Amino acid sequence: MSSNNRPLSPHLDVYRLPLSALLSVVHRGTGGFLTIGTIALVWWLLALAGGEESFNSAQQFMGSFIGRLILLGWTFALFFHLSNGIRHLVWDAGYCFEKEAVEKTSYIVLGVSVFLTLLVWIVAFFFGAGA
Amino acid sequence: MSLRSPLGQAKGLGSAKEGVHHWWAQRVTAIALIPLTVWFAFKVAVLSMSDYNTVIECIGSPWSAALIVSLIVAAFYHAALGMQVIYEDYIGGKAMRIFAIMATNLLLFLLAAASIIAVVRIAVGG
Repeated sequence: MSSNNRPLSPHLDVYRLPLSALLSVVHRGTGGFLTIGTIALVWWLLALAGGEESFNSAQQFMGSFIGRLILLGWTFALFFHLSNGIRHLVWDAGYCFEKEAVEKTSYIVLGVSVFLTLLVWIVAFFFGAGA
Repeated sequence: MSLRSPLGQAKGLGSAKEGVHHWWAQRVTAIALIPLTVWFAFKVAVLSMSDYNTVIECIGSPWSAALIVSLIVAAFYHAALGMQVIYEDYIGGKAMRIFAIMATNLLLFLLAAASIIAVVRIAVGG
């Protein structure tokens, strides 16, 4: 019984994931990260509802290097999950399943998420810091 | 004649007809979150650099507060549905899986309730 020509399932530890598979993993990762990130959102809203003093200390942390880094990560995760989520809705409707289309839209998803992340912080520095 | 498969009949466990609801709810919240998150991401980024009075005015205006409450409901529901799928895929033991899903649902409900109360308090001008 020859088994030479049989297709094998990928050996994950020696197999380079295609971009689409990597983005699929990142979609879950960003989803989980955003769920944890809601804690920061709740904390910020509660600090705001608590009055000027509690808000200022929350705002001070958000303005620190670590705070900015968290917000940067949060916006990128959000925009990635958003763009890839829209791609999932397109797939749900039955479009863009061809290998080339999946490859192409993978790059579009990455491009759009980086673009929106940069845009949101350019806008923020322009309007937020200036005001 | 039963249309059930022999295995399905033997186990007596057909579809609980709940999977479709989960799937639809995830899509509906996803579509609602497209405009809401784009709007909110820009708002949060700008407001992270603003002072107290600006932020209070911006979050507390009736439309703003209504949109944030909508965002909170859709986002936490979407998060609970998504986390459930992750647990179902990766947690093998049934007891542990059910515990993780329940704990997450209850925690996310509490967080959603707290943030809605915060937004209402800001909007009413407490």
